[in-house]
Amino acid sequence: MVIPTLLGISLLIFGVTQLFDPIERASLYIRDPRQIRFVEEIIKKYGLDQPFYVQYFGWLSQVLQGNLGWSQSLHMPVLEALITRFPATAELVLYSAPLTIVLGIFLGKISAVKKDTVIDHVTRVMAIVGWSLPAFWLGIILMAVFYGGFGIFPPGRLSPWAEAMIRSGKFKAYTGLYTIDAILNLNGDVFIDALSHLVLPVITLTTINVALIMRVMRSSMLEQLGKTYIIAARARGLDSKTVIDKHATKNALIPVVTISGLLTAGMLSGMVITETVFEFKGVGYFAAHAATQLDIPAVLGFALFAGLIFVIANLIVDILYAYIDPRIRLR
Amino acid sequence: MKTRVETKESPRLKELKFIVRRIRENPLSLAGLVIIIFFTIIAITAPVLAPPRPGRDPYIIPRSGYFPEPQPPNLEHPFGTTEGQYDLYYGVIWGTRTAYRIGVLVVAVSALIGIIVGSLAGYYKGVVDEVLMRLTDIILAFPGLILAMALVVAFGPGLDSITLALILVGWPTYARLIRGEFLRITSEDFVEAAKAIGCSDFRIIVRHVLPNAVFPLLIVASLDIGAIVITAAALSFLGLGAPEGYADWGQLISLSRNWITGTSGNPFAYWHVYVIPGLFLFLFVMGWNLLGDAFRDVLDPMIRRK
Repeated sequence: MVIPTLLGISLLIFGVTQLFDPIERASLYIRDPRQIRFVEEIIKKYGLDQPFYVQYFGWLSQVLQGNLGWSQSLHMPVLEALITRFPATAELVLYSAPLTIVLGIFLGKISAVKKDTVIDHVTRVMAIVGWSLPAFWLGIILMAVFYGGFGIFPPGRLSPWAEAMIRSGKFKAYTGLYTIDAILNLNGDVFIDALSHLVLPVITLTTINVALIMRVMRSSMLEQLGKTYIIAARARGLDSKTVIDKHATKNALIPVVTISGLLTAGMLSGMVITETVFEFKGVGYFAAHAATQLDIPAVLGFALFAGLIFVIANLIVDILYAYIDPRIRLR
Repeated sequence: MKTRVETKESPRLKELKFIVRRIRENPLSLAGLVIIIFFTIIAITAPVLAPPRPGRDPYIIPRSGYFPEPQPPNLEHPFGTTEGQYDLYYGVIWGTRTAYRIGVLVVAVSALIGIIVGSLAGYYKGVVDEVLMRLTDIILAFPGLILAMALVVAFGPGLDSITLALILVGWPTYARLIRGEFLRITSEDFVEAAKAIGCSDFRIIVRHVLPNAVFPLLIVASLDIGAIVITAAALSFLGLGAPEGYADWGQLISLSRNWITGTSGNPFAYWHVYVIPGLFLFLFVMGWNLLGDAFRDVLDPMIRRK
């Protein structure tokens, strides 16, 4: 199932390239700015004036060799740009994804257990509000209050002094995730600084996405609580806490795992907006910046990258699903 | 003993009364309805609330001068002015029309394409189904905003490009939904019966199956308007939508980006430039989401009569 989907994704992205004229398309094949003078040769070489299927296989073999074209807005190859900016995005995901999932499960669970009480109503309203908040507006408001008002949680990834510190020879970059690197370098100041830059983007991403998990957890939990094995467990005299925590919650979590594939999509989309608002220079910031410059290879490269991540995430979900649900494994 | 007079009500009227009662009982649904009525009135009466200068495109916000610093609310500009002296009040009022235009147009066209594709796939099954559904798989294999962004770049920035891109990204959801309903409904006896008496495929699809299949679509559509308007505003915010000075909430919010931190003495000196257009966008989206939830409560047979 993965290979056909990936082929489909590549076809779709390639289909988008067909909306451009051959000269614009040529920029997808350029590796070096000096080649721009030889556009005519490139059009010839890759057969950009040839029929669709000839071009497609030419393009696909380029992509499979890791050549996604030259980004005019960043002055580097698209693949290199994606790779250098990826750690920043990974760092955001590292904090916001677990926070979103844990918070969503917790809120969904109490909302279901306390159905139709004040707690249930309050959590549901919170979910609808979070769901309806535009990420860029929430980011601006948070920044106006905390950075503008109190002077804390600045935008960007690091303060200038910390930036200078990690560029000096004394700081070793292991992962590119600044908080992790700071711990490995035993540098408390950089760690605190990197963390303070992460607070607002992580809050934004979490607020926008938590409703998804919460809704699924709530309805799944309600479904489990109505089942006969729960009634049986209660009839045997088990206390409410054991029934809820040990019996119902475990089964209710299964759909939550399924939905985490969708969560990845939400996070990737949210990343473009959130990174732009907070000037957090990850792949999303790069893509948004490239889009405003009409830097076609960069935008398409990012779309391809996002599609790939989403497919991989769904594959992991499928595997995980088989692992936690024996009914699927045994089939 | 009281006797109740049994009146012969048509089932449709009864259904409508039931829906109205359910919405009135739930304060959240009622809030959603009130918000949407409020915005609808603003959109309809925009030429009265904020009269455009005669002979000019009403969607272009009038500006008083070119001074960059936003002015706080005053008598001449009730919501103040934004960067470049665009009148914020005029902008948010006409921005409501822009939001409606994009939201309703995208949802209506996506739903229509979805209904056609989903009906064909779900009714004829087999190869038709397989091909059409693989196509939806591919589009749904992308995070929506990102695919839309790539398409807008390909079409060239602008609100029309955003509308077209969101339609291309949006229809598969409806197609899958309608297909699922068709698969369920076409296996029922009344469809067999219709076939047996010689109804044409077209008649069966349009008169017999479709009326039974569209209700879930209404729920998704109302929840979708909010999501569409947020995504369109996000693309405008990134600078891919309306040109500067066009009455569009996302564009107005993006004009506030240089004024977030305020002045040294007053950190919230320019609060109006980001709070006001954002609040309009947020309330609009929340209104549709609340209404969508209300529709689900009323229309979903799984939870409705409980």
